[in-house]
Amino acid sequence: MIGLPHYLLLAGVLFAIAVAGIFINRKNVILLLMCIELMLLAVNFNFVAFSRFLGNLDGQVFVFFILTVAAAEAAIGLAILVVLFRQRRSINVEELDAMKG
Amino acid sequence: MLVAILFWAFATVLVGAAVGVILARNPVHSVLFLVLCFFNAAVLWLLIQAEFLAIVLVLVYVGAVMVLFLFVVMMLDINIEELREGFARNAPLGALIALIVVVELAYVLWVRRLGMELPGAASPASAGASNTAEIGAVLYTQYAYPFQLAAVVLLIAIVAAITLTMRRRAGLKVQDIAGQVAVKAADRVRLVSMPPEREP
Repeated sequence: MIGLPHYLLLAGVLFAIAVAGIFINRKNVILLLMCIELMLLAVNFNFVAFSRFLGNLDGQVFVFFILTVAAAEAAIGLAILVVLFRQRRSINVEELDAMKG
Repeated sequence: MLVAILFWAFATVLVGAAVGVILARNPVHSVLFLVLCFFNAAVLWLLIQAEFLAIVLVLVYVGAVMVLFLFVVMMLDINIEELREGFARNAPLGALIALIVVVELAYVLWVRRLGMELPGAASPASAGASNTAEIGAVLYTQYAYPFQLAAVVLLIAIVAAITLTMRRRAGLKVQDIAGQVAVKAADRVRLVSMPPEREP
């Protein structure tokens, strides 16, 4: 029988893969953004699973809002990326040192 | 039993596609693997009767956000080889961190349980219940103000994305509509008084 722990562990594995992806693809901004999308998906998985197995609909409403914010974040992030590429002709993270961070 | 088979099948594909996202050599392949991820996640959400969110995930996320990603990846002329260097060096560290996260989560879920009795199986929704109607009933009453705020967030995202990416090229010929409308007859025609010519 598939229960809450199965969904939680699946979400955990997904999140861990996304974390590993951030470590592996440290130079590519697009892949970093995609890994963040994967993380958000994992978090949404938790919300939906808890909402279903605890019989409370608030979790699904929360996922709705997370999807909204994630869409806005992706749009602005990609816009910044396009502007960045226009200026520097590169999306390598290590070359983005204009602010001396 | 059927649910369990479906869960394991789609969960396997989901994890495989997620690994594909982070390991694919070509960013376009990464985006397509991510699309596969979202489709599998939508099916898994259908299995726990979150129909509305599953459809929203496919329509909004795959249909809009991932297509946006695909546009940007294909538009930018990226040197993949340069971005891939350091890949093998960072891979063991990434795998180690991922392993630690998974082990910790599994430990919490199965061994400790935090003194909480996790519900094993949810009671199935009644046959006439509509997930969309239930979410709507909560969203437009209890969460009415956050819902409006979400709309504002989207508006801000639209304005920000447009202002960031809009640029004016120098030397581009454009119409000056206001100038055209405000023009008067005196600006167009100049009457010159000349003395008539005479026979020599």
